[in-house]
Amino acid sequence: MQPSANTIVLAMQHRVLEYDGSWYGLLTLVFEVYEHKYQVSAIVNRLKEEIQSDFFAQNAMVTTNWQKAERVAKGLKAKVGAGSLEELYEAYLSEVKGVEMLILKAIQYYFSMQVAGNKNYAHPQIIEIKKIVKSVSRERHRMKAFVRFQRLSDDIYFAIVEPDFNVLPLIVKHFKERYADQRWIIYDVKRDYGISYDLCEVNEVVFGAENTGIDQKNIVTGWHEEEAFYGKLWNLYFKSVNIKERKNTKLHVQHVPKRYWKYLNEKL
Amino acid sequence: MSERALEKLAVLADAAKYDVSCSSSGSDRKNKNKGLGNTGAGICHTYTEDGRCVSLLKILLTNYCIYDCAYCVSRRSNDIKRAAFTVQEVVDLTINFYRRNYIEGLFLSSGIFKDPDYTMERLVRIAKKLRNEHNFNGYIHLKTIPGASQELIYEAGLYADRLSINLEIPTTSGLKLLAPEKDHKQMARPMDYIKNTIIQTKEEKKIIRSTPKFVPAGQSTQMIIGAAKESDWQIIHAAQHFYKAYHLKRVYYSGYVPISNDTRLPALGTAVPMVRENRLYQTDWLLRFYKFEASEILNPTNPLLDLDIDPKLSWALRNMHQFPVDINQASYEMILRVPGIGVTSAQKIIAARKFSKLRIVHLEKIGISLNKAKYFITCQGYQQQFVHMQADKIKHYILSQSASKYIKCNPQQIQLF
Repeated sequence: MQPSANTIVLAMQHRVLEYDGSWYGLLTLVFEVYEHKYQVSAIVNRLKEEIQSDFFAQNAMVTTNWQKAERVAKGLKAKVGAGSLEELYEAYLSEVKGVEMLILKAIQYYFSMQVAGNKNYAHPQIIEIKKIVKSVSRERHRMKAFVRFQRLSDDIYFAIVEPDFNVLPLIVKHFKERYADQRWIIYDVKRDYGISYDLCEVNEVVFGAENTGIDQKNIVTGWHEEEAFYGKLWNLYFKSVNIKERKNTKLHVQHVPKRYWKYLNEKL
Repeated sequence: MSERALEKLAVLADAAKYDVSCSSSGSDRKNKNKGLGNTGAGICHTYTEDGRCVSLLKILLTNYCIYDCAYCVSRRSNDIKRAAFTVQEVVDLTINFYRRNYIEGLFLSSGIFKDPDYTMERLVRIAKKLRNEHNFNGYIHLKTIPGASQELIYEAGLYADRLSINLEIPTTSGLKLLAPEKDHKQMARPMDYIKNTIIQTKEEKKIIRSTPKFVPAGQSTQMIIGAAKESDWQIIHAAQHFYKAYHLKRVYYSGYVPISNDTRLPALGTAVPMVRENRLYQTDWLLRFYKFEASEILNPTNPLLDLDIDPKLSWALRNMHQFPVDINQASYEMILRVPGIGVTSAQKIIAARKFSKLRIVHLEKIGISLNKAKYFITCQGYQQQFVHMQADKIKHYILSQSASKYIKCNPQQIQLF
C-alpha cells in the first residue's frame, strides 16, 4: 500500500540527525532542533556509527558551532542549574547506546516546564538520566580510588586504566589538584588516550596503543629503582591489615569488582 | 629505607588493624603552594578480604606498651614480636604510598612507651614533619594519648585533621575489670579540651581569617563490642552521651576478635559478633541521620537490639499506631521513619511529589525497598491493608520474603544433597 500524501508530509519533518560525537556537537544539535522545529527520529554519532537511512526520514548533518552550543548550555543553566547541565554531560560520557536521544528528550522536558524539572524523580526520562549518571559517577569515584601510579625512571608517575565509561574528563581536576608537584599520566587503554600533567597543565595524549604496546610488562622495564620496593611494601601492608576471623569474600568482591584487579598491584 | 622496614610494617600494621576507623572525609585541607595532596570526600582505595575499606596507612609507631589491657594484642604481658618505626620511616612510607594513589593519608597510633608525653611528642613530630618539610596536605589522623600534656595535644591539633581517643570498653566496671590502669575520666579530659579548642578556633576564625586550622575533621572514638558483657543499651547510651557532650564526629564499634586465653574475655575461637556490630552501626545511623533518640530504640527494660531485623523496622513494629504514613502528605521526618526508605529516597519523595501524586510505580523507581515499606505506607492508588495486622505477623512476612545475608549464610545449615 502506498503511503498517503498526508503521511509523507508528516514524515518529511522527521529527521535523522548526525553530529561529530563531541559534547558541543550534541548541544549544537539541540539548538538546531529548536531552530528548525525538527522532529527527531534518531541521532547518529558520526565517529562511531554507520549512517542510518530511514525511508521516511531525512538526514541532516549538524556542524558543531561553539556559540550555538553555549546558548543551549546557558539556557539550561538558567532553567535547571549548572548541576543538572553537568548531569547531562556525565550521561553523554557514558557512551550508552541511545543516550543522545535521551538527553535531547530530557532537555526538551526541562525547557517545556515552568519550574525546574530536574527534581521530578518520577519522570521516566529523568529517572533514566539519573540512573546513567549514577553509574558514571560510581565509575568516576572508582577511578579516583583504583588508579595506581607507578614511578618511572624519568620521575613520571604512570597509571593504566580501563574504565567502563569515558570518565577521564571527570577526574582531571581531582588529580591535578591532588598531585600538583609530580608529573603523572593516566592512560585509558580501552579508548586509547590519556591525560598527562606536566606540573603546569593537563593535556590529552594519544600514544596509539597498538603501536607502542602500553601494557604492564613494558612499564615494568621503565620503573624507577625504588618502585619494586614500595610495591612490595604496599602488598605487605594490604595483607597485614586483613583480619582473617572476619573474612567476607562476597563483600570484598562487591567493593572491588574483579574486572579492576588486573591494575591493582595488591590484587596481583 | 631498608629491607628491615618490611618486617616492621608487617608487625605494626597487624597491630593497628583492630582500630576500625578508616574515615578520611570531613576535612577541607586544600593543596597549597603546589604541594602534595589535599583532603575532601573520603576515598577508599581498596578493601581488605574481610570487606573493610582501606583509606589510610594505618600503623602503630610502636607496639611496645607499658599498659596491660586484657583486650589488646599489644599488652605488655603478651609474648609477641615488638618493633618501632623511626620518624623518618613513617614519613617516607606515607609520602611514597600517597604519591602512588594508594592512600588518602596517615592514621598513626601507638603503644605507650616510657610515658604519655614521650609517645605523644613522637606522633606530633611526624605530623609536623609531613606538613612543614614535605608540604603534605593529605589526611592525618593521630591518636591522642591519654595523659599527654595540653601543649602537645594542642600542637597535634594544628597538624592533624582528626584526633581520637578510644573509650575501648563502654562501661566503667568493664574497663576496670579489663584495663585496671585506665579510666574513662582520663580519656574524657583531653576530649573536652579538644572540643573546646575547636569551638574557640571556629570563633576566632570568624574574626581573623588566618587563624590556623585545629582538628578540622573533629574527634572520634571506638568501643569494643562483646568483650565485657555490656548491653546494647549501655553502648548506645554511651555513644549518644559522647556525641552530645563532646561533639564527636563518629563513634566506631569494633566486634571483639578473641586474641587471648584470659578468662575475663570470650575464649579463643569465639565468633566475632559481626551481626551485632552491624545492628549497632544501624542504630548509630538512626541517631545521626534519622532524628531518633537512643531511648526510642533501646532502654533499660529493652536493652538488646533484635539481631534478625534492623532497628528501624523493629521500632516501627513496636509503634504501629504511627502508621500508615501517607507518602503524598506526610512530613519529611515521618517519611524518614518508614522502614525501607532511606535519607536519599525520602528527599527524592519530597521533591517529586510536587510534580504529581506519587504511586507505587514511582516509589519503585525512586528506589525504596517496597518489601518492607509496603506494610507502612499509603500512596495514590495504594491503600494499606496490612497495618491492622499483628506486628509479629508483619515481621514474619518480611523475613520470609527477604534474602537476609545473615540468615542465608548460616554455617550450621546442613546440606543434604
